[in-house]
This record gives sequence, structure tokens and C-alpha cells, in this order.
Amino acid sequence: MPGHGIAAQKLIVIEPSSRWRGPAWEELWSYRELLLFFIWRDIKVRYKQTVLGAAWAILQPVLAMVIFTIFFGHMARVPSNGLPYPLFSYAGLLVWTFFAQATGQAAQSLVGSAQLITKVFFPRALVPTAAVMGGLVDLAVASPLILLLMARYGVWPGWHVLFAPVYVLLAVATAEGVGLWLSALNVEYRDVRYLVPFLIQLWLFVTPVIYPASLALPMLKRVGVPGWVLGLNPMVGVVEGFRAAVLGTTGAPADLLLASTLSAAAILISGTYYFRSVARSFADVV
Amino acid sequence: MTYEAVRAQTLSKRYRLGERLPYKSLRETVSTGFRRIVSREEPPRREWVWALRDVSFKVSPGEVVGIIGRNGAGKTTLLKILSRITEPTEGRVELRGRVGCLLEVGTGFHPELTGRENVYLSGAVLGMTKAEIARRFDEIVAFAEVESFLDTPVKRYSSGMYLRLAFSVAAHLDTEILLVDEVLAVGDAAFQKRCLGKMGDVARGGRTVLFVSHDMGAVSALTQRTLYLESGTIVMDGPSHTVIGRYLADSLARNGAAGRPISYYRREENRESPVKVRSITVGSQSEGAPTVFTGERLMIRLGLEVFRRLSGANVTLVVKNLQGQRVTTVFSPDHGFTLDLAPGEHEVRVVIEDLSLAPGEYFLDVGINQSTRTRAFEVILDYPLVRVVANQRLVQWLDRPWGAVCVFSAHWEIG
Repeated sequence: MPGHGIAAQKLIVIEPSSRWRGPAWEELWSYRELLLFFIWRDIKVRYKQTVLGAAWAILQPVLAMVIFTIFFGHMARVPSNGLPYPLFSYAGLLVWTFFAQATGQAAQSLVGSAQLITKVFFPRALVPTAAVMGGLVDLAVASPLILLLMARYGVWPGWHVLFAPVYVLLAVATAEGVGLWLSALNVEYRDVRYLVPFLIQLWLFVTPVIYPASLALPMLKRVGVPGWVLGLNPMVGVVEGFRAAVLGTTGAPADLLLASTLSAAAILISGTYYFRSVARSFADVV
Repeated sequence: MTYEAVRAQTLSKRYRLGERLPYKSLRETVSTGFRRIVSREEPPRREWVWALRDVSFKVSPGEVVGIIGRNGAGKTTLLKILSRITEPTEGRVELRGRVGCLLEVGTGFHPELTGRENVYLSGAVLGMTKAEIARRFDEIVAFAEVESFLDTPVKRYSSGMYLRLAFSVAAHLDTEILLVDEVLAVGDAAFQKRCLGKMGDVARGGRTVLFVSHDMGAVSALTQRTLYLESGTIVMDGPSHTVIGRYLADSLARNGAAGRPISYYRREENRESPVKVRSITVGSQSEGAPTVFTGERLMIRLGLEVFRRLSGANVTLVVKNLQGQRVTTVFSPDHGFTLDLAPGEHEVRVVIEDLSLAPGEYFLDVGINQSTRTRAFEVILDYPLVRVVANQRLVQWLDRPWGAVCVFSAHWEIG
């Protein structure tokens, strides 16, 4: 009996897709195992290829912290919300380094996987997503050090440390959104690759990692711009919020945090749509 | 009600001409866009080519179908659409069951990872679940014969070991529908034979297989039905032996007086190749498949253009008949001959004494490579070589069915 039993098989339909289409959540979910494999591969290869392995994940924010402390903390005397500068900057650098790494890796990820993309099907969004999630592992490795620093300076976390994961989540959403945008742009325009490091560097200076947001807010007020405008850069909300949660400093104003959350959501949603609209032709262009 | 495993309806795929060549840059796009706004220039008209045009077919569950056609006929595009790597411009495909796709050997392999890690990674990329890979892990490793190197990074593997492991993962892919593109065109002869055997098992295992190949022998051995693509459309769909015969006859007929450029027969354009075949001629004939008599002396001349110095390269000639069967393989090192050539144009002459082919039409494959284990520099396929006719001086009964590929000279006597 031809075809017996095949009726039970899942039907896959292939058709030209419309240009504006949201993410296929169901499809992404069915590929969750492959996402884990990609994350595992990226981490394994990264730690194998560097001499220092996992230590690199700690060394990066620590070295930046040391340099920032010397130049900005001691020489330029940048205020640090009354906290010891090393602690102040390391808290900011933890989430910032995650964002910078995750975004940078995600931006290169699609072009770097060209070989795979032209030879096998899977939801393309897995590739930048795996790059972002891989950054979380580095964040986890670098995180315990802040506890040592806090003990050293006698700063104890309050109950609001429970909010820290919320800000990490906001950082993940931002990195994913920016990563989707940049990785897709990078497939179409090959000079995006050279723009990414520059973009991230500039982004660091408009984010209160080196200095507290409280330094910038009065300046805005003087020219009559409301403070929440700063929050349109979602990383302002992330860094200020994370620092407040972990170190117990006065938190960022609520309207700024709201602006950051909405801005991150806008980047993520637009990134998803842009990515999808371009993803259908990746294999033809990569 | 019966269901098809694959049902493709009026599939078409359009590419922008030259889309694959230069990448756009953001800087240029912005600056030309700006110039266009300022000077109201018309955007340049885009040229499009149809890689596939109105292709429709159905495949029943368990059927094994070959897909043949020249370089650029749309075979790989068709597989890429069926496997969802690229989207069709028009048309629709319905697939019932999980689809596995083997477009190359070693998809998903990472050189830094060990053999064991790569089995899992490649398996996952090809669509196996972790549990499935774990269940078949021992089988995969046993087929590849790399047990003792499982924890060595694959970048230290020999190319043979790498291929065996990569193919083995792919061969254990357990999907209902399997799409295979030319994966057998790698590795040494012994390994190719085992791959073919494994593919045969797969084909007999009740799964639906679509098999793209340039190797007519493999297609006729593995499939009962074949689709013949030419310029993006299906020109013939039927029993494999009939379709293969038509395909080979076509290349003979079309070569005729006009003569197709040699690039038409090239398996793929490889810009890095150090050598290219520019012409194939037989005897003094300048083009087309000349007529020769059985038992004659045959001289094949290969015009080569060498871009980078060759040293110790091999030439392989395969003569095939109209059914795609290999009649003979002439391998230059067997006769103590290798190519040691400086850049420039050269002619290589091969003389076959006493051509003992039965009357019929014959085709030539040419391969130039450094060793049998590395990727060929240049491959020419199914080039119409000669039309062999019986020599009236030797044969009395001319129009009989030959039913064979060879003619031996024989002596009769009564003892």
C-alpha cells in the first residue's frame, strides 16, 4: 500500500516568503538543541584557541579596570558615587564587557558561518544568538571576582542584588537586538565589519562605565533636555541599574530605566524583523 | 489516499546576474544613493537569470531518484530549495517527513575539535538529536575506522581519516527524505566504493532519496528513476537507463559540428586551479567526435593551460559508453608519466594502441590531480570522444547487436 503511514509524517511546505515576517518561535524552539551545540562549540573553540583559556574571560575586565583606575580614578579623579573606583568600574565593566564581546562576536557570526549556511538549513538566527549566549558564560566566569573586590572594600550587597539578573537580561536583549542588526548588515555590506569595533568603542564612551550617570545628568538639565533621554542608549540603564543592584548605590531614575527597557525592546523587535527579511537570501549572498 | 514524499509544483529560482561576485559595501551604497538623489540618476537595470524554471515532479515514499544534468543546469539549486537552504522565487514544495541534506562531506566539522566532538556537532547540524547520535555513535566510529583517534583534534587527521569520519556521520543520518549531492566525488577509490555500498543500503532501506551526481555509473547503479535537467528545466523524467542514454546522446549530438566550449563539460569552475584543459582532440580532427575504426590506433591530445608550476601531477582518463559504464581507466602514473610543467600552454598526447572498443559512441572524463586523495585540479566530464565503427576488413557481420563493450582479436584453430 503506497504511502501507508506517511500521512502521519509532518508536512513541510516550502514557498517564497513574504518580506515582513516575524520570528517563527515554534521553529526556533524545535532547534533548541542545535543552539546549545553552537554555544558549546563557540566556547570550546574560544577557550582552546587562547593560551590563557577561560582565564581570558576574567583578565579582560580586570585589565580594563586596572587601567581605568589609574587613568580615570587617580589621575583624572572621575567621581564614582562615593565608591572605591576599582569596584565602581569593575561592576560596570562586567556587564559592558559582556555586551561588547557578545555584540562583536554576533556581528561576525553569520559571515563566519558562511560555509554552514550554504550547505545546511537551520534557523539563521541561531548563529548570532549562540554568539550572544556564549558571552554569558564569560560573564559567569568573571562575576565571582566582584565579590572578592566587595569583600576587600567592605561593601556588602543589599536585598536589591536580586535585581541584578534583570539588568543582565536587559543587556542580553540589547546585545541580541544589536547582534541581529549587525550580523545581517554584515552579510549585505562587507565594510560593516570594520565599523563594528569603532561603533563599540564609541558606545563605551556614551555609556556610564568610566563615569557615573550622575555626572552627565546635570549637564543635560542645564541645556533643558530631560534626563531620561540618556536612557535611549539601553546600556545606560543596564550599567547604572546593575551597579545600583550589586553595590547598593542610589539607582538610576525610573524614567531613565523605562526609556532603556523600551529602547532595548525596540532594537530587539526591529532587529528580529530586519534579520528575517534578509535571512531568506543569506545563502545566495554569503 | 496516497501521499507523495516530495511534491514540487512549478518551482522557479531567479538569481541576480553576478550576485555572487562582488559584495556590496555600505560606503558605496550610501555614496551612490546620495549621488542618485542629487543627480536623479536612474538605478542601473538589474539582470536576472533563472537558475530553475517551472520545475514540477512528484516522488513517492521509498523511491530513489537520480538528478543529472550539466554544470549549471540547476541541480544544486534544486537540492538547495528542497533542503530550505535557499528560497524559491516562485512555486511550492511539499515534503512529508524529516529532510536530511548532504551537500558536502564534513558539514559542521570544526578543525579544532576532536573526532568525538565533531561527530556530535556535525550530527546535530545535519539534523540528528543528541540522543540519536549517542545511540549510533559506535556504529559511526566503526564505519569510519578511527576508534583510536577519537580524542585527537580533526586538524591532525589525514585527509582520508577526515573524509571517512565525515561521511560516516552523514551516512548514519536517519531522516525519511535524504538529499545527496555528489558527496561520492571525494576520497580514494576504495573509500568511494564503500560509500557507494552504504548509499546502496540507504537506497534499499525504504527511504526516499534524491541523488545528484555526475557519475552516470553511480546513478544507474543506485536509482531506478532519473530527472534530467538542462538550463533550469526538466527535459526528461523516466527510467534511469533511458534518461542517462538520452543525456549522453544529447551531448554527442550537440557537440556535432558546432562544438560546445570545453567549459560546458567542466565539473566546476575553480579559480584557484593551477591548470585547465583548453581542448580535447582526437587524432588530427579539430572538433567533434570523430569516427574511428575498432582496432585502430587512437591518439588523444589534451591542450592544457598551466597557471602555476605543476610537478608530479597525474592525469586520469576514463572512457565511458552510452550507458554511462566505465569501459576503461587510463591512469598516467601506471605508464610512468606525470605532469611536470612550467606555466604556459602545453599539449599532452596519449596514444592508445589497438582500440578494442565495440562499435558505438564513447565519452571521455579527464581528471588532473596531485594525488588520488586530494581534490582534483580539473575535471572534465562526458566529453564526446569518438564514434567507433566496425572495421570492414576485420568484421564480416556489420549490423549485428554487439552486446558488449570490447572486441578482442581472436585466433581459431582445430586441435
